[in-house]
Amino acid sequence: MSANLSAILYLVSGVLFILALRGLSSPETSRQGNLFGIIGMVIAVTVTFLSVGNFSSGFVYVLIFLAIGGSLGAFIAYRIPMTAMPELVAGFHSLVGLAAVFVAISAFINPSAFNLGIPGNIKLASLIEMAIGAAVGAITFSGSVIAFLKLQGIMSGAPITFKGQHLLNALLLVLIVILTIYLCSTQSSNLFWILIAISFLIGFLIIIPIGGADMPVVISMLNSYSGWAAAGIGFTLENTALIITGALVGSSGAILSYIMCKGMNRSFFNVILGGFGATDQTSGSQNKEQRPVKSGNADDAAFLMKNASSVIIVPGYGMAVAQAQHALREMVDTLKKNDIKVSYAIHPVAGRMPGHMNVLLAEANVPYDEVFELEEINNDFANADVAFVIGANDVTNPVAKTDPQSPIYGMPVLDVEKCKSVLFVKRSLSPGYAGIDNDLFYKENTLMLFADAKKMTEDITKNL
Amino acid sequence: MEIDPFIFRLSIFILSIFVGYYVVWSVTPSLHTPLMSVTNAISSVIIVGAIIAALSGGDGVVFSSSSIYGFLAIILAAVNIFGGFLVTQRMLAMYKKKKKDK
Repeated sequence: MSANLSAILYLVSGVLFILALRGLSSPETSRQGNLFGIIGMVIAVTVTFLSVGNFSSGFVYVLIFLAIGGSLGAFIAYRIPMTAMPELVAGFHSLVGLAAVFVAISAFINPSAFNLGIPGNIKLASLIEMAIGAAVGAITFSGSVIAFLKLQGIMSGAPITFKGQHLLNALLLVLIVILTIYLCSTQSSNLFWILIAISFLIGFLIIIPIGGADMPVVISMLNSYSGWAAAGIGFTLENTALIITGALVGSSGAILSYIMCKGMNRSFFNVILGGFGATDQTSGSQNKEQRPVKSGNADDAAFLMKNASSVIIVPGYGMAVAQAQHALREMVDTLKKNDIKVSYAIHPVAGRMPGHMNVLLAEANVPYDEVFELEEINNDFANADVAFVIGANDVTNPVAKTDPQSPIYGMPVLDVEKCKSVLFVKRSLSPGYAGIDNDLFYKENTLMLFADAKKMTEDITKNL
Repeated sequence: MEIDPFIFRLSIFILSIFVGYYVVWSVTPSLHTPLMSVTNAISSVIIVGAIIAALSGGDGVVFSSSSIYGFLAIILAAVNIFGGFLVTQRMLAMYKKKKKDK
């Protein structure tokens, strides 16, 4: 296949990837968008086979390895529960990162196969691109592995911090730049290996100080990194499809990180430098005075809801942990039978990844036109009769609006307290992730329901 | 003076960042999780590099020091491509509108 034709076809697959993302602007067009993405991928792979034009025994092995990886991926995709989506995405990011590292290593060992020169005399620009691709890929890999372990609960979600952490990270980054410069002048393979090893170390060090509830930012950030790694390799291989895709994914992840940071009213650097909440937790528990709370049972909750004409449900990470989304939908079905208007309010950072709650509700067959974002629904709380908070905490805390001393001051929150009554499903009075007490617990119109989210929801349904 | 082909690739790159910027802002927030899984799937187009690397051994040599890395990368990227697209499809199939029967 001529180089020009394959370049044009790579461009076509790049355009199809753009359309794949474009489709996600609404659920109706999204399935078609996904199809465009698949077609784009098929084109890119086919063109690569044809332009390499080597259908020897190696080709058979390529197909075998493709089939092994593909069936493994398909198996995972069908078996994974929707609640585990953040772990899955983190795990997949690590694979992209590692693949980028492997391609860069291969290109370094055998540059002539990629038209980049000969070993020991690789074109300067290619060498720089290769080094960048490998370094970003390695950071993506080790960072995603740590994120995966934290999300999976294998590693504690608590931030791990030590003295001089930021200084160490900064020094290592400077070291990477110096190594790249030396690599370019000496072409030494040892330097290349050291560069990759240090990048793995940086990915690890960057993610360990970040706490569990900051995971939405971390996953989006790693999403972005995996894109930049792909783009770096795209420059090395002079491949348009890879460059376009890398840029798309890179900017997509960056935008998601920005949205998540805004949802917490924190700067990106504040999240990355980590350790949030670790200090507040201790001070918060020391001077906490006992304030009276009203607690109730499923019967009280059912009574309140039965007499309401509109209910707003506020789900959070606790709903995912308790796997309560199906029980919740059943409760809502019963409410709707009694002609009660029900809608769902979703905070941007509810859950452990962007859009986490929406997927869980969709899984439980909740129609997406009953689910609203913070800006869309926040004014409706004042007119609603009951707010049902299930597994959310900090995102409903009115302190964010009233107390400038609070660490979450300025964060956009759902105006749950404006409802006539608030039902708050929670296992105990313990503070949320930010380590601060939620004023909502002590409000006159709040009824605390101390129980497991799933069990409580089922009990309420029985009592309705 | 000739323009270095690198400049063309850089132009594509920069323009794609802008395309990505505007396209992603138009993605509805309720689909942010599928957005992450699909971007994950498409970034595995890095498999293109993996295939070139795997077939770099030349005639008769299937496994050389450089092609082994290519084969490994093919497995990783294939997991991502199939896993990413299929899980996205599974998620998107769940997004339904309100039934009109009421």
